[in-house]
Amino acid sequence: MQYHTPTSFEDAIEIAAQADGITRFLAGGTDVLVQLRADIVTPDTLIDIKGISGTKTITHNDDGSWRIGVAVSGAEMTEHPTLARDWPGVVEATDLIGSTQVQGRCTMVGNLCNGSPAADAVPAMVAAGMTVTVSGPDGTRELAVEDVPTGPGKTCLAKGELISAVNIPARGANGGDAYLRFIPRTEMDIAVVGAAVNLRLEGDTITEARVSLGAVAPTVLLVPQAADAIIGTTLDDAALTALAQAANAACAPIDDKRGTIKFRTHVAGVLAQRAARIAYERAQKAGK
Amino acid sequence: MSKIHVTTTVNGDEVEFLCDPRETVLDVLRDRLGMTGSKEGCGTGDCGACSITLDGRLVCSCLVLGAEAEGREIETVEGIATGEDLHPLQQKFIEYAALQCGICTPGILVATKALLEKNPDPTETEVRYWLAGNLCRCTGYDKIIRAVMDTAADMREAS
Amino acid sequence: MALDNMKTTGFTQVGTTPNRPDGLDKVTGRARFGADVTAPGMLHAVIVRSPHAHARIKRIDTSKAEALAGVKGIVTRADFATGLTGENWNILENVMASDTALYDGHAVAAVAATSALTARDAAKLVEVEYEILPHVTDVDKAMAPDAPVIRAGAADGSVPEGQHPNVVRYHESGHGDVQAGFDEADLVIEDHFTTEATHQGYIEPHACLGILGGDGKGELWCCTQGHWNVQKICAALLGLETANLRVTASEIGGGFGGKTAVFIEPVALALARKTNKPVKLVMPRADVFKATGPTASTSMDIKIGMKKDGTITAAQGVFRLQGGAFPGAPADMTAMCAFAPYALSNVHQVGYDVMSNRPKQAAYRAPGSPMAAFAVESVIDELCGQLGLDPIEVRLKNASKEGTKASYGPTFQRIGLVETLEAAKAHPHYSAPLKPGQGRGISCGFWFNHGGETAVSLALSEDGTAQLAVGTPDIGGSRASMALMAAEELGIPYENIRVTIADTATLGYNEVSHGSRVTYASGLATIEAARDAVKKLCGRAAAKWGIPEDAVKWENGCAVPSGPNAGDFDPLPMAEITANMGATGGPIVGHFEATPEGAGVSFATHIVDAEVDPETGKTSVVRYTVVQDAGKAIHPTYVEGQFQGGAAQGIGWALNEEYIYGDDGRLQNALFLDYRIPVASDLPMIDTVIIEVPNPGHPYGVRGVGETSICPPLAAIANAVSAAAAVRLRQLPMSPPRILEALEQKRDG
Ligand SMILES: Cc1cc2nc3c(=O)[nH]c(=O)nc-3n(C[C@H](O)[C@H](O)[C@H](O)COP(=O)(O)OP(=O)(O)OC[C@H]3O[C@@H](n4cnc5c(N)ncnc54)[C@H](O)[C@@H]3O)c2cc1C
Ligand code: FES
Ligand code: FES
Repeated sequence: MQYHTPTSFEDAIEIAAQADGITRFLAGGTDVLVQLRADIVTPDTLIDIKGISGTKTITHNDDGSWRIGVAVSGAEMTEHPTLARDWPGVVEATDLIGSTQVQGRCTMVGNLCNGSPAADAVPAMVAAGMTVTVSGPDGTRELAVEDVPTGPGKTCLAKGELISAVNIPARGANGGDAYLRFIPRTEMDIAVVGAAVNLRLEGDTITEARVSLGAVAPTVLLVPQAADAIIGTTLDDAALTALAQAANAACAPIDDKRGTIKFRTHVAGVLAQRAARIAYERAQKAGK
Repeated sequence: MSKIHVTTTVNGDEVEFLCDPRETVLDVLRDRLGMTGSKEGCGTGDCGACSITLDGRLVCSCLVLGAEAEGREIETVEGIATGEDLHPLQQKFIEYAALQCGICTPGILVATKALLEKNPDPTETEVRYWLAGNLCRCTGYDKIIRAVMDTAADMREAS
Repeated sequence: MALDNMKTTGFTQVGTTPNRPDGLDKVTGRARFGADVTAPGMLHAVIVRSPHAHARIKRIDTSKAEALAGVKGIVTRADFATGLTGENWNILENVMASDTALYDGHAVAAVAATSALTARDAAKLVEVEYEILPHVTDVDKAMAPDAPVIRAGAADGSVPEGQHPNVVRYHESGHGDVQAGFDEADLVIEDHFTTEATHQGYIEPHACLGILGGDGKGELWCCTQGHWNVQKICAALLGLETANLRVTASEIGGGFGGKTAVFIEPVALALARKTNKPVKLVMPRADVFKATGPTASTSMDIKIGMKKDGTITAAQGVFRLQGGAFPGAPADMTAMCAFAPYALSNVHQVGYDVMSNRPKQAAYRAPGSPMAAFAVESVIDELCGQLGLDPIEVRLKNASKEGTKASYGPTFQRIGLVETLEAAKAHPHYSAPLKPGQGRGISCGFWFNHGGETAVSLALSEDGTAQLAVGTPDIGGSRASMALMAAEELGIPYENIRVTIADTATLGYNEVSHGSRVTYASGLATIEAARDAVKKLCGRAAAKWGIPEDAVKWENGCAVPSGPNAGDFDPLPMAEITANMGATGGPIVGHFEATPEGAGVSFATHIVDAEVDPETGKTSVVRYTVVQDAGKAIHPTYVEGQFQGGAAQGIGWALNEEYIYGDDGRLQNALFLDYRIPVASDLPMIDTVIIEVPNPGHPYGVRGVGETSICPPLAAIANAVSAAAAVRLRQLPMSPPRILEALEQKRDG
């Protein structure tokens, strides 16, 4: 294994583009090192991106949007004085990853690029309408988060490409987001199901919404039908029922050691409802 | 496979070592620097027995490469006491029997010290969630939590 | 029969809670655990393991591995002793497979190299050709007629005819006429229960360092619950003279029974012999899950009859235990513990020890008893519910007492079950109001406890301090208890006793630290060794004063003349006697070597409040109280710790812990992320009540406390879930999908 510490994205891209065999980027390493240790993936080339300037900064842009450096850890997001005020769901979802110790290292980008359908940050990122900036030998492009994973452990990034920034849209007025996951314990488990809801209100009526589910399909899902079920409503019981039904219908999970198809499908609906209620309350508060 | 030369600071002392790129900080501490206070319970981030701070940030040393330690500051359980004087947490852990076998203790001490530095007045729930990544199989956590809460109270009073 | 020299009151040190002697070492990182021991020129070893549940080993090719730079030696089964029989053969077969891999994770070869990474790389280069065989991992399926045979001829004479060859041991016991008893009952409930295998889950993986020369002399350091046992087994497996292998126990990072067995030590020694270098072997966590002892999984049928007034008229149980690919699952103990809390006229229990393609089960805290208690105490709860009776009153009505003929045969001496039930009833927890969605459950639990071979030596120093050498590794503060007992007898300060865990070369045989035996047996031995030393001290004083030895007694750390000579001489402090030891007859050492038989049984009653989320089936334990009889709590804080630790492990077992096997017979959750032991945020504080009903078989009345505490939680939580959500879970773990399924079935009628 060759270990590299480039100081610019250009260098990182060049190393990655030239490398043979398996290449991994090292952000927090909480997936990379586990896979190395468990003999799941031993990269031939490991590119530590934390030495690249700007990867550790959180920027609140003038238009209200946010730019998160690709090496910003979960703990740094939680500690940021204002990020969680705008995007509590995104921050909480990232905060759910692993233990305090894992929080000291793990990143949203690593969570996304590891490609797990159960990744906790990703549904919240999708619901928030976040994008990532992808840089590669052929320049840069901006991708919606939901377009990055293509299957368990897979992303659409080409050889030599990496994510160079994470972008969160401006919160705007009367909005709220939330993420909930189901795990059998209180901590230290991989999500059996995850659900994120981001919405905006006019008065008491939901005018915009995005709903995303984790761990119920080969990739994190954006579920427009679930969003449609609550748009135009005040999140009354009928809307919540419709939301749960749409969430259930979108599920295509597997039976595995962490949960059954039936359980996942049912709990996806329950969590979507609970997350929607929290997001709704947050949006109401934001409007006050 | 060529080795990487690393200079880092451990408990205030500058140290140098050569390591394979695959070696973790835990491997380096234990096998190259002879500091066996940090324990390996799993090697995959699940148990917290290897907890250290890296530039003041609590992490699992099994999830940091030795090569990443270049120019950083590492604190381990061996650095918690000042000379002969135990840290109040260490004293309270003994007094409360907050350890049975003691294999989780180094990691839990490093983790709780980091907690109290960040939050001198944590609630029981905060302590429990902060320590969720530090498995203890012997105690049921009861006496650990009590020891931490009581140390926090004492330290607040003392300061 | 009470010991004639029994002391149950007037303690000055016993019952206090001083800091443990090894506290500083353990909070500073200085204590040396299994993996912390090194030797100059040491190699690192890795074991190659079968990825198949059942496969014939056709060929092992080590040439590529040997060619890797840094590789110093590789061993396979050919490097161990031949011609072993009985349990030694079983252990060797488990330590290193011969011609067949019997479970996912079974060792087939091992590599030693100059670094741990090189050893890992080399292990991957060892080529093993397997022929895959049909496998079975479930206990009921392993007993079915069409099940693949794990190993023909493994059964012993206890097994009745007509059983599948995978049934290797059989137990049957009881008394009375159960049918007549059921006929007398107003209500009979019969149910089927299952529990999955759980792992002891100690945080320290098995680790050892072995040295073995061509002269057949060796040294071994390892984390174990019993180094004499390691010595004996390693010697047999390697064909050495026992005395030529000196074994030192390192500090031990948890065991709970799982470190009573031998897994890697003979492998390290075989590699050391082959390479002529010290070899260190540390198990990766995944190997710990795959290849060291989990508990047995079970399938159980329980039938209990009760009268309207709560009297149990008859009880019957069938216990089938899957114990992995070797005989030894505690089917007998499971059956014997099942009904022990109750005085029954009619009781019958049967146990089957069944082999399957899983790792050999190992002891785990009261082996067998928690599973039995889960089934039995759940049925009793159902009976109480259906008859409208209070669960504590019913248990009090039927409780075993002194003089009761136990369900497993003997007659109980003084025991404390009634006292735990009374204390539970009186505890504020039992009458505290519950919130909506919460339910309360109780359960009793029982464990035999054990004595076993014990040797202790207590050497006095010139300055009046004392060095106590015991042979039972300190798993959870036992040094403190030993020092307290020695200090109590000698009448010197606790701090003046230095307790060492002696190696195999310096004491006689000590059985492993199991069966909750340490404070009982090593404690008894310590007291007797101190009394032996005191006798010698009195002898020296008598000689000095020129009076008969029996005219000197020991009081507050001093020899004092007694009887007709009382007051004739000033009390002679221990330090003054020891200062002149050399000139007055030589060193003074107290000894004890024997096999104490009087380990008193121990009972507990637990109360738990649980809350069930009706939408997800997730259960939270919101309040927990342990009431247990300790006989006499030597160091009450560590007694509480045992109560709390056992309860926490039981909570994990009840709710989330399980071995999950795929259809391919491979273990799917061999890591802590997926083998879900309780984390700090999962648990409430665990309240404890120590009951002290003295054990007549110990000089201070001590009963072992280490194991009973894991017996009640499984059923107590099942009973609480039933109270909270009106669903009865008869399958462990009570994971959210299972509870949700049960809730759904109840809704659908
Ligand atoms: C004990 C433990 C508990 C965990 N619990 C959870 C949990 O609860 N929920 C959860 O979702 N996950 C969990 N994880 C998994 C892991 O922590 C997360 O997926 C984490 O977000 C990964 O981030 P990282 O920065 O550590 O990634 P790394 O390990 O550094 O990288 C992960 C992947 O992302 C790629 N990558 C990193 N940066 C870039 C980039 N800039 N461009 C392109 N590719 C990149 C790497 O090549 C690699 O494939 C847990 C892990 C551990 C060890
Ligand atoms: S050894 Fe690092 S978390 Fe377990
Ligand atoms: S004291 Fe043994 S694991 Fe915590």
